[in-house]
Amino acid sequence: MTMAAVAAPAPARQISREDWVMRIGISILCVLLVIAIALPLGLLLFKSFERDGQFVGLANYVVYFSTPTLVASIWNSLFIAATATAITVPLAFAYAYALTRTCLPLKGAFMAVAMLPIFAPSLLSAISFIYIFGNQGFLKVLLMGASVYGPIGILMALVFYCFPFAVLILVTALSLADGRLYEAAAALGTSAWRVFWTVTVPGIKYGLVSASFLVFTLSITDFGIAKVIGGQYNVLATDVYKQVVGQQNFEMGAVVGFVLLVPAVVAFIVDRLIQGKQVALLSARAVPLEPKPARGRDLAFLTYCCVIGALIIGVLGVAVWASFVTYWPYNLSLSLRNYNFNEFDTVGWQTYFNSVKMASLAAILGTTIVFVGAYLVEKGQGFRAGRALAHLLAMLPMAVPGLVLGLAYVFFVNAPWNPLNVFYGTLLVLAVNTIAHFYTAAHITAVTALKQIDSEFESVSASLKVPFWRTFIRVTVPICMPAILNIAVYMFVNAMTTVSAVIFLYGPYTKLASVSIVHMDEAGFTAGAAGMATLIVLTALGVKLLHFALDWLVFGKLQAWRKR
Amino acid sequence: MLQTLERNSSAPAEDKPLRPVHLSIRDLTKKYGTFTALKSVSLDVYAGELICFLGPSGCGKTTLLRAVAGLDLHDEGRIEMGGQDVSHLPPSARDFGIVFQSYALFPNLTIAANVGYGLVNRRMPRAKVNARVNELLELVGLPDQGSKYPAQLSGGQQQRVALARALATSPSLLLLDEPLSALDARVRVRLRDEIKALQRRLGVTTILVTHDQEEALAMADRIVVMNHGVIEQVGTPPEVYGNPATAFVADFIGQMNFLDAEIAGPEHARVGDVMLRSTNVGGRSSGTRVKLGLRPEEMRVRGVGPDSENGLSARVALIDYLGAFCRATLEIEAAPGIQLLADFSANAVRDLGIGEGQPLTVALPPECLRVFSHEEAVAA
Repeated sequence: MTMAAVAAPAPARQISREDWVMRIGISILCVLLVIAIALPLGLLLFKSFERDGQFVGLANYVVYFSTPTLVASIWNSLFIAATATAITVPLAFAYAYALTRTCLPLKGAFMAVAMLPIFAPSLLSAISFIYIFGNQGFLKVLLMGASVYGPIGILMALVFYCFPFAVLILVTALSLADGRLYEAAAALGTSAWRVFWTVTVPGIKYGLVSASFLVFTLSITDFGIAKVIGGQYNVLATDVYKQVVGQQNFEMGAVVGFVLLVPAVVAFIVDRLIQGKQVALLSARAVPLEPKPARGRDLAFLTYCCVIGALIIGVLGVAVWASFVTYWPYNLSLSLRNYNFNEFDTVGWQTYFNSVKMASLAAILGTTIVFVGAYLVEKGQGFRAGRALAHLLAMLPMAVPGLVLGLAYVFFVNAPWNPLNVFYGTLLVLAVNTIAHFYTAAHITAVTALKQIDSEFESVSASLKVPFWRTFIRVTVPICMPAILNIAVYMFVNAMTTVSAVIFLYGPYTKLASVSIVHMDEAGFTAGAAGMATLIVLTALGVKLLHFALDWLVFGKLQAWRKR
Repeated sequence: MLQTLERNSSAPAEDKPLRPVHLSIRDLTKKYGTFTALKSVSLDVYAGELICFLGPSGCGKTTLLRAVAGLDLHDEGRIEMGGQDVSHLPPSARDFGIVFQSYALFPNLTIAANVGYGLVNRRMPRAKVNARVNELLELVGLPDQGSKYPAQLSGGQQQRVALARALATSPSLLLLDEPLSALDARVRVRLRDEIKALQRRLGVTTILVTHDQEEALAMADRIVVMNHGVIEQVGTPPEVYGNPATAFVADFIGQMNFLDAEIAGPEHARVGDVMLRSTNVGGRSSGTRVKLGLRPEEMRVRGVGPDSENGLSARVALIDYLGAFCRATLEIEAAPGIQLLADFSANAVRDLGIGEGQPLTVALPPECLRVFSHEEAVAA
């Protein structure tokens, strides 16, 4: 207590060999993420201030905002995204409500049906709606003279495409209900309507906000749908493509890309701020809510889910069916003629194999980097600055539309000063771009899985003098295997279906199947495009089924320790 | 093989000051932002003793344990283990075994693999590792469970596996971070006796962190009572219970009645209009504001008359029946508004006809009436 007791100075901890390994790992991760995410985006920003290699300040932006046709796209994009959100979220909410809060039969099957659109490239739905409502569509009369080529078609396809993502978020939000609150409300004699507004809605408001922002962002950044069914209706995403591919005006493409980045970033930041306010509503003592049978309600929701499910299968089925039809709509006999891709696209089938190779590469490389990276960020000791930077970089891609990232890669990988330019047009660059594009969701999945593991494993192994990498291999990886497989499948499926991120990046020998769909559709070979899209759906679904089989085998048979 | 584990087991518990110091902590300070978790804490832990860090949550006990382990770095101060300064060493370079509240057993490894986890790394021949694992499982009373997985064991069994794993490498220091708080009451009582017996037998220096005063009193050779990042008192269980150094310690360990009072001469204090004698006034001068403390079981009721020293006329306001004894809430006639708790044996209640609403004369023994400075009591 006396002043004479002079405290020893703060200990600068001796850095052990393990610490070094961890620090070097985090540093490598940061460098990789900077190269794959931060540098390309920085260069894109820089390019938007240039013209013909000269720095021109905001001149490009001035040109952009004084061109009425370009500015009109901003309003078109905002209108489309807002309308798609307003339609999708209520539809998805009712569906998710049916899955979680009613006694619906076959919940698993209804959930699976709702997830189907995830396994298709976004433009598949656009192709289907052309077959249904297009110039030669069999239900064209239903539009009563309105054209599907434009906002109507874009909206229909977007709702189909975004629906599963909204359902996923809302099912999660609705599952986290505390049954005791409902019992308390019932004990107080509260009407069902009032319970809905005072208990149900407040409990899931963050889920609703998240779902809304996600649908908005997906809609405003999607390129494939507007490209295929948009007709003369311009939106930001197609403007980027037209500037870059049509007019070879890369600088203006960069400007539009940045304009496109604004709503996505705003949505991302607002969502993060709101999520930050969310406190754990569900205490450890919460009792899961068991829905009780209610005949009328259950029947109504069953009808609703059947209608929605039938529509999803129908829209998907039309594209699949059309791809097997000999010559729409004149010869409806079935044939494999449309799968002779080389007739429509010189590299034809090769694009499919490129896609499978690229997706496999992205799955293996991406899963490894994401999981090891998430482990270092989450379980590392000290080196806070490095871990925080890595986490920030990992969260960044969520806010960046694929088209913008793809364009940034064009500038970055193509730059003459960049030693990495030898990789331009290779499958590796396409895979890295895909990994970067889908990094955030995979990172969050990995971090969530790691957070569920006892935080003291690393401390225990340190006390037993076992280096952390040994515990990582022997304990952490086996425990997290379900999450690791999820990430791998997520990467593979997205690499198969993505269009926007890779459309600027392929080389002469590395064109991807999804890009080939765009080209076949542009050239008028819609049936071929439908065929390729079908092939992608089948491949993605096949991998998902393989995932189920593996899950069953690995976790049912080989990992006996998971059983109680 | 067991001999390797049994060190210092013959060291008598009485002559602690003569024992060598195994762990020495000097002026340890730890801050989290503006919150000071440890304020210049100093402590010696003797070889072979079981010492308890006891205090409410947030008192710094776990922070102190983690600093000893090297899991969280302290900001200032010095930690020595076996005479060697380890302040700067990472946990992997310090010699200790640790059991966490969650046990942190690896769920995908068998019990045997868990216990042998730290041995496999030491280039020990497989047969030797197996022999050692079996020996340890026997030691904690779980032979033949080696091939099971943690999820197949009960909480108490998992706790023992964690203990065996921590002891496997024969560490000179065993750290137990609330090892029993995840268990239900009955298992907890049984395990604390087992751990205590095992610790005695092995003679391994042990630090136990707990917020449960009963656990600390039952298990510890010495208790370190902590609050707000400082050590309030270090002592044997009887010392800490019978002679609490501060009002906080008195209040945290066991029950204590507190009375606002003013010193009124040597050996005397005034509570309102009541004058009480206490042999614990010490050198405090008259007029000093203090708190008087008395444990409920120290209240005297047999053979007490109106003329007894420190005798008070009271009325029984409430009786809580607690099985072996009753806890009565008394209202003192001479000092309205003051309530005192008193524990009476079932016998006394029957013999004296103590009941709610009954008048009763009690005496506060002068030697039991502790005196605490007022500020301390307020801070607590």
